[in-house]
Amino acid sequence: MAYFDNVPQAPADGILKLSVLSKADSNSSKVDLGVGAYRDDNGKPWVLPVVRKAEQQLAQDAGNHEYLGVGGLPALTNGAQKLIFGADSAALREQRVYSIQTISGTGANMVGAVFLKQFKQPADAAIYISKPTWGNHRNIFETAGHEVREYRYCDYATLGLDIDGMLSDLRAAPRGQIIVLHACAHNPTGIDPTAEQWAQIADVMQERAHFPFFDCAYQGFATGNVDRDAFAIRLFVERGFELFVCESFAKNMGLYGERTGCLHAVVASAARVPAVSSQMNRLSRATISTASAYGAKIAGTVLQDPELYGEWIENMELMSARIMDMRKQLRARLEKLGTPGDWSHVTSQIGMFSFTGLKLAQVERLRTEFHMYLTDDGRISVAGLNTRNIDYVAMAIDSVVRT
Amino acid sequence: MISSVVRAPLLRHAVGIRAQSTWTQVKMGPPDAILGITEAFKRDTDPRKMNLGVGAYRTDAGSPFVLDSVTRAENQLLHEKLDKEYLPITGLPQFTRAAAQLAYGSSSPVLDRLAITQSISGTGALRIGGAFVQRFCEGTPTVYVPAPSWGNHKAVFGDCGLDVKPYRYYDAKTRGLDLDGMLEDLSNLPRGQIVLLHACAHNPTGVDPTPDQWARIQSVVEENGHVAFFDMAYQGFATGDTDRDAHALRTFVEAGRAPVVLAQSFAKNMGLYGERVGTFSVVGASRDERARLESQLKILVRPMYSNPPVHGARIAARVLTDPELRSLWLTEVKLMADRIIGMRVALRTRLEKLGSSVAWNHITDQIGMFCFTGLTAAQVDRLAQEFHIYLTRDGRVSMAGITSANVDYLAESIHAVTQ
Repeated sequence: MAYFDNVPQAPADGILKLSVLSKADSNSSKVDLGVGAYRDDNGKPWVLPVVRKAEQQLAQDAGNHEYLGVGGLPALTNGAQKLIFGADSAALREQRVYSIQTISGTGANMVGAVFLKQFKQPADAAIYISKPTWGNHRNIFETAGHEVREYRYCDYATLGLDIDGMLSDLRAAPRGQIIVLHACAHNPTGIDPTAEQWAQIADVMQERAHFPFFDCAYQGFATGNVDRDAFAIRLFVERGFELFVCESFAKNMGLYGERTGCLHAVVASAARVPAVSSQMNRLSRATISTASAYGAKIAGTVLQDPELYGEWIENMELMSARIMDMRKQLRARLEKLGTPGDWSHVTSQIGMFSFTGLKLAQVERLRTEFHMYLTDDGRISVAGLNTRNIDYVAMAIDSVVRT
Repeated sequence: MISSVVRAPLLRHAVGIRAQSTWTQVKMGPPDAILGITEAFKRDTDPRKMNLGVGAYRTDAGSPFVLDSVTRAENQLLHEKLDKEYLPITGLPQFTRAAAQLAYGSSSPVLDRLAITQSISGTGALRIGGAFVQRFCEGTPTVYVPAPSWGNHKAVFGDCGLDVKPYRYYDAKTRGLDLDGMLEDLSNLPRGQIVLLHACAHNPTGVDPTPDQWARIQSVVEENGHVAFFDMAYQGFATGDTDRDAHALRTFVEAGRAPVVLAQSFAKNMGLYGERVGTFSVVGASRDERARLESQLKILVRPMYSNPPVHGARIAARVLTDPELRSLWLTEVKLMADRIIGMRVALRTRLEKLGSSVAWNHITDQIGMFCFTGLTAAQVDRLAQEFHIYLTRDGRVSMAGITSANVDYLAESIHAVTQ
């Protein structure tokens, strides 16, 4: 039967391709700095102790597997609201936040993107993403039918924020565009605006009546402090913006494959919530019906139990501290080796990823000569570094930079 | 907290103007019919109240049923302290392999040319399938669904940008299948349309074609070059036998004349509802084609949710592949199906015993979770208001809501509103 003859082979996903290559490599020095998942100092996945605790608790509670409501598990969505916006947030008090559980951060981005395609004003508003951004952003928004444009973000010379370029691009954009902002721990660069810079960004966005679309996949993971990591979001809320926040518990609770997340919509008044929520529910019903229960129950349990919540904060601090330590150590070794270049960005960047500034040719050499795997854009997952491989990584980077 | 350096004056006025324009055009979404019933049921304080709207299985005690095979699998998994790493885009291979075998038959020759992806249960599978046909089926065909069909079909396919139209299916006079109408409608379509077929236990009517009727449907689908899009949410739940319930799907596949795609759900037959366990698959012509199809399924999934939830898939994989658990599971599926069949018999028997002048054979002729009673909207309203019995206004009863303790009351109430 020739019915599907016309279906062409699609290109493989870049990051996954890397993971395939890495898995196939049996060299004992191999270092995987590709995928964005936390690893412990032994290079192993780390299920948070508080998550194991919550799971044991859930097992004892002998629950069932019934459908969640279309909005998701209240323990999760309510807890997530407080976490992101702060328990004392005016927006919460004024009941002008609608939160829907989603299939992790990607699902939240998707629901937001589909909702905006239908309801954005003006109808031809484009989506602006940072240059660079998470690979799937453009994909998600284009699939939803939006035009996607870029605003300058990474200063490739300093590997810091090109704040002037960013503000200039946001100012130059037509009024009322949709701006995707990374709340903290920018992926892939690790470059976050300072508090002052966030204020400037908010000023311009207010001037141009842009709509903030926050993607928050690393709250607690960036500085180790959940409130500090939510600073930008809370600033915008306080400024009176209506906005979306995509929230993922993949990294900060290590729930990755359980696909636990939320989309939060902050609207101007409580009166707006019924219409917005009903439409979000409707479109979510038509994609997944309801979100997955297990990860939500774990996260909900942790968020709602003060003791478990405290333990979670500790677990998170442990992860972010190890990452920050690895940054310090990598920078120190590169500087000790006298590796050409300015390596201060290794510690000024923040979160899971570091934009090393390495060029494609160097990245390829790292792969083929040193069995070190990182993405073509020179991004390393700092979580892949540990006390046993850090010397080797520094040596390898030094090597490809010098020759 | 926010430092004084960055605290700017609240530009409430300007924001207010913008805020007015951002969402003012968002109209209130349509109310959810089934949710409405559940809410009315919850508010009702009458001790005799019955919720016959729910689409989830209930035990004879009226409780959710967590299958023993599922609990055992879960406990094993908890013990194994597995990680929570991301699954591949197409899901857990042990799961999709076993799910494919369950649906298509473990010795089916198409297994090695089947492109399959784990999905967010049945709805997610339909959504991937809709996106797939929208992108790859020539001429952007219309999706034809039986009249009536599950309420969400139209929304899911519609949101994929597809037109959704009905084909005749349910015969209100006989409360059975309008086969002639169905065949005529499918024959009169332009070639190459997408025909959605409920593999078994039709929702909402419970009316399934017989094997002979399926053969005739198959001929028409094949002759007209249509795509057979199977929705199988109740495998094992209809007759109690997973192979028998997959008969229609397998017959189409074996013939190999019509393209076949399948949305498969483990929500009901494993009681995994909220864990969102399902698959979407396309029967390819060859292994090469399978690789191409699979690559495209990944492209469709990535912008939706990247990769699927791991927990439910692990449970399902364990249940399907561990011989002891699988065996236990099959008995539990049969138990659920048998209880439903038992309630059908009980309800029909009581109505006939009450001397009803209405024909009630359709209660036992129909199969699966749902029964299309033939009750009118007015009668349904009376059942709610006078008897505290809640069902959807199309007269659909979820048999799982009936128990040996309430079947008498139900029969009496139905009798009261139909005389």
